[in-house]
Amino acid sequence: MHTALYTATRTLRAVFVVWAAFTLTFVALRLLPGDPVALMLSGRGGFAELSPRQVAQARAELGFDRPLIVQYGSALAGALHGDLGASLQTGQPVSRMIADAVPPTLQVGTLALLLALTLGTLLGVAANLTASPLLRQLLRSLPSFAVSLPSFWVGLVLIQLLSFRWHLFPSFGDSGFAGVILPACTMAIPGAALVAQVLGKSLHTTLQEPYADTVRATGAGRTRLLFGHGLRNAAIPAATVAGMLVGSLIGGAVVVETVFARPGMGRITQSAVSAQDLPVVQGVVVVAALAFAVVNLLIDLLYPVLDPRIRATGRLVTA
Amino acid sequence: MTTLTRSPVEPVREPARLRRVFSAPLRSPGVTLSVLVLGTVLGWALVPDWFTSRSPVTGVPADRFRPPSARHLFGTDQLGRDIYARVVHGAALSLRATVLAILIALGGGLILGLVAGFFGRWTDALIMRAVEVTMSVPPLLLSLTLVTALGVGTGQIAVAIGTTSVAAFTRVMRAEVLRVRAAPYVEAAILCGARWWRILPRYILPSAIGPVLALAALDFGLVVLAVSSLGFLGYGEPPPAPEWGSLVADGRNYLATAWWLTTLPSLTVTVVVLAANRLSRVLEAEGRHR
Repeated sequence: MHTALYTATRTLRAVFVVWAAFTLTFVALRLLPGDPVALMLSGRGGFAELSPRQVAQARAELGFDRPLIVQYGSALAGALHGDLGASLQTGQPVSRMIADAVPPTLQVGTLALLLALTLGTLLGVAANLTASPLLRQLLRSLPSFAVSLPSFWVGLVLIQLLSFRWHLFPSFGDSGFAGVILPACTMAIPGAALVAQVLGKSLHTTLQEPYADTVRATGAGRTRLLFGHGLRNAAIPAATVAGMLVGSLIGGAVVVETVFARPGMGRITQSAVSAQDLPVVQGVVVVAALAFAVVNLLIDLLYPVLDPRIRATGRLVTA
Repeated sequence: MTTLTRSPVEPVREPARLRRVFSAPLRSPGVTLSVLVLGTVLGWALVPDWFTSRSPVTGVPADRFRPPSARHLFGTDQLGRDIYARVVHGAALSLRATVLAILIALGGGLILGLVAGFFGRWTDALIMRAVEVTMSVPPLLLSLTLVTALGVGTGQIAVAIGTTSVAAFTRVMRAEVLRVRAAPYVEAAILCGARWWRILPRYILPSAIGPVLALAALDFGLVVLAVSSLGFLGYGEPPPAPEWGSLVADGRNYLATAWWLTTLPSLTVTVVVLAANRLSRVLEAEGRHR
């Protein structure tokens, strides 16, 4: 009963968030200054040669002359049917562009997510497992160092060393699995740092709770306490962070794909923003918000599995 | 006979507290180094001519692609421009954008948080729903959406990043306002007939502002990173301007031959972010311990 209600409210919230993200980007893109139609025409060659009448005609063809509310209604109706409009630059349907761009980004993103979770968990656990204070201090400060690195630089350094100097990996472009590794590593670093920070801190607090003393009193060692008891209790904040991680990976893709000159969502975003290609930008944001909402929904649904207290009450219990 | 008894709750004496906050950093070498780094960069931004006599935009064609040396600390680029001079002059652009972004986030967050926390009911519901939605879009994408609408330039980048961060600041401010609002002295003020325009700035703001200022300090490093990332993507000032991110993007074409073009400006960004993060954490910890 509780579980059904919990699932229903969380799902409704995810739907609301995606709708709101659509509306937010629509409003932001239409109400702020800048005339995309004029810009598009000038980009296609010689804005000066076009008469105001031709500009008005182009605007009417694209539907930009209708009242905003009508534009919004038709855009929303289209989006619900999977039609996100057409790119102002190329005239291609946005949904097609995105469908083509998702697989390469998903390849890099999945690998980056796995790397970030693995590295982050290892680091977070290691920082709590080690008995040497010096090593612990080092492991604890590593994540905050890692988040200070600009990811464009990490990518460039990897290219310089591993591709140009040692010829281990291809440097640019889309070339099979080998081409995925460096971008994925670059993308994973800030995420791994985030996971390590949160899991490390959460483990640290968990291990100071009374039940940990009880476990210690039964004669369990550090390792047993950590893996048998602590990790599971520390998993909830870490699960929340995994959701944030997906968001940061979506954003990170823009920089990383530009650095490595790879095709993908990040790349089309980067060029669409430069060209003020409104439908493409909006399409990307909506798809990203959808992905983000789905991941967070899955994590919300995972909480009751991780924490029996939520199963019983249908609410998140803050200890 | 009628001596005034001291009230049991003593008001915090500002100078003592401030002295403690600012003297504590100097005790640890890492923090001293951070202060030095940020001081130097601030100097670059305010009086770049004290740090370099070379021009950031006109190069000496004979000096193309010189690696770092005593004459050219950070080397020179394809036009013979001194990279150190460009980094020094770029500090003003990058820092101005950072400060502007934080001011926007802080200002927006303070006002929205005060309104949401104090008035409650539908204003609160409306504002917090908007905050929730804003935070459900990955921040970089939201900034990029705003850049699309505003156009390119360092100022536009700053506005985009600042607006994106308003949500997080609003959330913290609202939580604080809710806490302070429940304090007896605020209730007393309301009972005395004080109106909201007097209560908000006089009784609530001073007590609620602490955590938001701490967030602003913690955000500084992140915003420097975001500004340089957007600069790297090509949304900063047009080419000759030496914004840090765009310096790295320019150097990218010569990655195989001239490592210093990308490495040294990136290193500058990293060092500044590290210093800012370190210092803000110390200030925050000190502020919390008082």
